Amino acid sequence: MGVEGIGARVVRKEDRRFITGQGRYVDDVKMVGMSYAHFIRSPHAHAKVKGINSAEAMKMPGVIAVLTGQQIVDDKVGNLICGWAITSKDGSPMKMGAWPAMAPETVRFVGQAVAVVIAETKNQAKDAAEAVVVDYEELPAAADIKTAIKPGAPQLHPEAPGNIVYDWHLGDEAAVKDAFSKAANVVTLELTNNRLVPNAMEPRAAVAHYDQAEEHYTLYTTSQNPHVARLVLSAFYNIAPEHKLRVIAPDVGGGFGSKIYIYPEEMVALWASKKVGRPVKWTGDRSEAFLTDAHGRDHVSKAEMAFDKDNKILGLRVKTHANFGAYMSLFSSAVPTYLYATLLSGQYVIPAIYAEVIGVYTNTTPVDAYRGAGRPEASYLIERMMETAARQLKVDPAELRKKNFITAFPYQTPVIMAYDIGDFHASIDAAMKAIDYAGFPARKAKAKADGKLRGIGVSCYIEACGIAPSKAVGSLGAGVGLWESAEIRVNPVGTIEVLTGSHSHGQGHETTFCQIIAERLGVPISQVSIVHGDTDKVQFGMGTYGSRSLAVGGTAIVKAMEKVEAKAKKIAAHALEASESDIVIENGEFKVTGTDKSIALPMVALAAYTAHNLPDGMEPGLKETAFYDPTNFTFPAGAYICELEVDPGTGKTSFVNFVAADDFGRLINPMIVEGQVHGGLAQGIGQALLEGAVYDNTGQLVTASFMDYTMPRADDLPSFQLSHTTTLCPGNPLGVKGCGEAGAIGASAAVINAITDAIGNNKLEMPATPDRVWHAIHG
Amino acid sequence: MYETNYHRASSIDDAVAQFAKGTDSKFLSGGQTLLPVMKQRLAAPSDVIDVAKIKDMIGIDVSGDTVTIKAATTHYDVAQSDAVQKAIPALANLASMIGDPAVRHRGTIGGSLANNDPAADYPAAVLALGAVVKTNKRSIAAEDFFKGLFSTALEDGEIITQVSFPVPAKAGYAKFPNPASRFALTGVFVAKTKSGDVRVVATGASQSGVMRVAPIEQALKANWAASALDAVTIPASGLLADIHGSADYRANLVKVMGQRAVTAAG
Ligand SMILES: Cc1cc2nc3c(=O)[nH]c(=O)nc-3n(C[C@H](O)[C@H](O)[C@H](O)COP(=O)(O)OP(=O)(O)OC[C@H]3O[C@@H](n4cnc5c(N)ncnc54)[C@H](O)[C@@H]3O)c2cc1C
Repeated sequence: MGVEGIGARVVRKEDRRFITGQGRYVDDVKMVGMSYAHFIRSPHAHAKVKGINSAEAMKMPGVIAVLTGQQIVDDKVGNLICGWAITSKDGSPMKMGAWPAMAPETVRFVGQAVAVVIAETKNQAKDAAEAVVVDYEELPAAADIKTAIKPGAPQLHPEAPGNIVYDWHLGDEAAVKDAFSKAANVVTLELTNNRLVPNAMEPRAAVAHYDQAEEHYTLYTTSQNPHVARLVLSAFYNIAPEHKLRVIAPDVGGGFGSKIYIYPEEMVALWASKKVGRPVKWTGDRSEAFLTDAHGRDHVSKAEMAFDKDNKILGLRVKTHANFGAYMSLFSSAVPTYLYATLLSGQYVIPAIYAEVIGVYTNTTPVDAYRGAGRPEASYLIERMMETAARQLKVDPAELRKKNFITAFPYQTPVIMAYDIGDFHASIDAAMKAIDYAGFPARKAKAKADGKLRGIGVSCYIEACGIAPSKAVGSLGAGVGLWESAEIRVNPVGTIEVLTGSHSHGQGHETTFCQIIAERLGVPISQVSIVHGDTDKVQFGMGTYGSRSLAVGGTAIVKAMEKVEAKAKKIAAHALEASESDIVIENGEFKVTGTDKSIALPMVALAAYTAHNLPDGMEPGLKETAFYDPTNFTFPAGAYICELEVDPGTGKTSFVNFVAADDFGRLINPMIVEGQVHGGLAQGIGQALLEGAVYDNTGQLVTASFMDYTMPRADDLPSFQLSHTTTLCPGNPLGVKGCGEAGAIGASAAVINAITDAIGNNKLEMPATPDRVWHAIHG
Repeated sequence: MYETNYHRASSIDDAVAQFAKGTDSKFLSGGQTLLPVMKQRLAAPSDVIDVAKIKDMIGIDVSGDTVTIKAATTHYDVAQSDAVQKAIPALANLASMIGDPAVRHRGTIGGSLANNDPAADYPAAVLALGAVVKTNKRSIAAEDFFKGLFSTALEDGEIITQVSFPVPAKAGYAKFPNPASRFALTGVFVAKTKSGDVRVVATGASQSGVMRVAPIEQALKANWAASALDAVTIPASGLLADIHGSADYRANLVKVMGQRAVTAAG
């Protein structure tokens, strides 16, 4: 490893720009003649739109247009799509209601747009919006799963009777039945996985420009995947054909999944920019983010696990209701199915698994993938189950896990996934050592003497990243392929540009990806730049989510680099009059092994571009592209252990220690990995203790600002003790697995297991607020 | 935010005069409450009169048995003041727990009292210590100042100029912050005056704003010790209930925070 190569703790290149306020975000984009959009949003969770009167608003200063849902329908802008088709148990396709970008007839959640005002300034647009009169006829709302599935409940979409989108299943029902019939013990558990609001630091924004001369659109948008946005806007929303639409996602301030989707606002901005003949900017505020960014999680589950007399697991049965909100967001259908039920085997040998998932419409904000997407829900369920089982079976929770760990790889689970590699004993042993698990009973006794209830909780998670291969996901209903592309341009003087379809919105790609180049070619990272986020520059890309950027995007870079190296070696061999097979690359030099003859990369590059002396028949230039489609998911795994104290007087939880032992395969930049784990743990702990989107029974979002929605703050969190155990991923040449979501996937169960251990009551839902914990202690 | 006219007042008299000129004027002090509300278009004052730079409204004075804090003094300055820390450490401690550093460097005692948020911290100290709120027109005893949620005895255009706190024999404040807003989910201020009177006030708990807690006052009068509250029960009726705390939980907090405040007071 060089000072900047693989494994080096290189300081992030992009941070100077961000920390000094020089990042360029969508809202920083200014265009000549730019106008501003402000959306008129429904205050009701469910209502008919009987009329929109904009006569007064049109007379107000600076107003350019008031555009309505009916106009967008009349102009044949497509309805929003859901890109993953799920088939119900009975073979029927999922049942989806239409989602127009602005509602022409019916609104189905608070915050849904019905019209937009375009004006010279943002304030003028807001003033005029207040003068637009929308006539609503309120309808009864179904604001939660329980209400929505009751007979006689308010119906959201005629296409989905009973508000059921699908009733899907996975696994072998008969085998599970058989397993339970042989069980010595059965453990049951009911739990809720609370709904979360993503809250990226940068709210969503869009700047759209229509160039009449070229009949060409440009969209700046807060996206995790600008090419996917272009594809969808072009192929499904009829905005413009792909070659007439450029999508740019510049610096983006966090996404966590919420910026994967193509939202109504950017569709409307594009459509409106042509209609009014002016560039249109929309920047959401925090209230709009709370109401309209796709939320995460929101499951209600019942699980049963069967054990034999030796406490070995025989089977698992799970029934989950998943809340989709009012409309099916872009990847929502896949989250509680193929990203959830497929991970229900956890780290354990479970011979038989059967999962049923019922997707439900409610009059709430649409729900989609959020950091972890399905895997946190699976991991939380399994790890709460293991802890509950250990308590019921009166065995040590760590021992029960160890007894059931998968130890031989590859391992085919009964729920599609085939784990390629892992060492679960290594992770749990490292975590137990780090937290001094053996010394816990003495610490608990001492805390008790001080009037505190101390608890310890384990969580052994496994997840699946870099969702792939394309052929397999296609067979499961995905509407896209899940490969990645990269292009490497070695410039004539030897500097390098890496064009990647991955997109960084906080992950540090501008550093990590450079380190891969530095490792291979010996070039300082200052000589390498990463180009991403612009459909005019980058060939194509599937974007960044599901911790896929390094395992898939990074591998595409390696594949492109291999092609560059192969050509460069030919040029070097020609220049040095040596055989190509004798050329090795060391510290930026192409050397003839065993001699002192060498030629530096810039000279090779120059030779490629001057083309004065290239091998016969070789094309000039040094630039290569690769498309890489993985053969399997990658499977990061690890063990988290949390030790905490509960104040019985107030129910307040205080952390004593939180240890993490993760296996992410090879680490390219351990510092960036630690940052990713810290952030993930903060979100996982946030879900367990603090965060929860709450609707009242009329469908109003009660937690619609930071005054009521508890975002984790630094002083809510412990100082994390991180460590790594490593099994290299056999599926890609870097041996990497992905680290972006692990913390959010594994942390919640560790926290709740620790609190329930401390208070001696297993019945506790997330977020475990002081009020809830106090009631769980005192009844 | 709607358009508004901004005036920086040079003196208390100037502030009052400017206020009278506007059709719907508002004083602006630290702006930590008023500005967010204006930004959300929930308030639309025609004129905003900034009092935060008026020299006569900034500063802390301790003389004899009285701590006087001028209305535009920031929470940070109160928390950091050696004089307050010495005379009424519980008051400095309370100020140090308000919001976050940004809020404490801007927010002021006058703004906090005029706003009388049912979950604000200062009202607990003002009522428990029996402070006097002085305005450009009169002096108002704490008992007469707070009038339920977000309402006070202040008349339109009346400006708080300072608050005078009698130095107690003992005082302590214990706050259980709302996990999201960090205002008081429940905070309890206990004070024993130099004449031996005991006054206990809870904030964040009651549906009618800051309130004295008679059962705790009685118990502490008999025995100034945390354990004296062991047998006290606080009724949940009339207490606030929301997603962060049910009424019975708040009732428990009144007692537990009361005990902790007594322990802090010593
Ligand atoms: C994130 C955040 C967290 C907070 N946390 C807490 C907390 O934990 N505890 C807590 O107690 N408070 C908290 N606050 C509120 C904070 O203490 C405010 O500073 C306070 O409520 C208002 O004071 P201000 O000086 O900012 O007043 P402003 O916002 O300027 O004014 C508030 C109101 O008082 C009026 N006013 C101001 N000065 C005077 C005066 N001298 N005479 C008459 N009327 C006047 C104004 O017209 C306005 O109506 C928090 C605020 C924020 C934004």
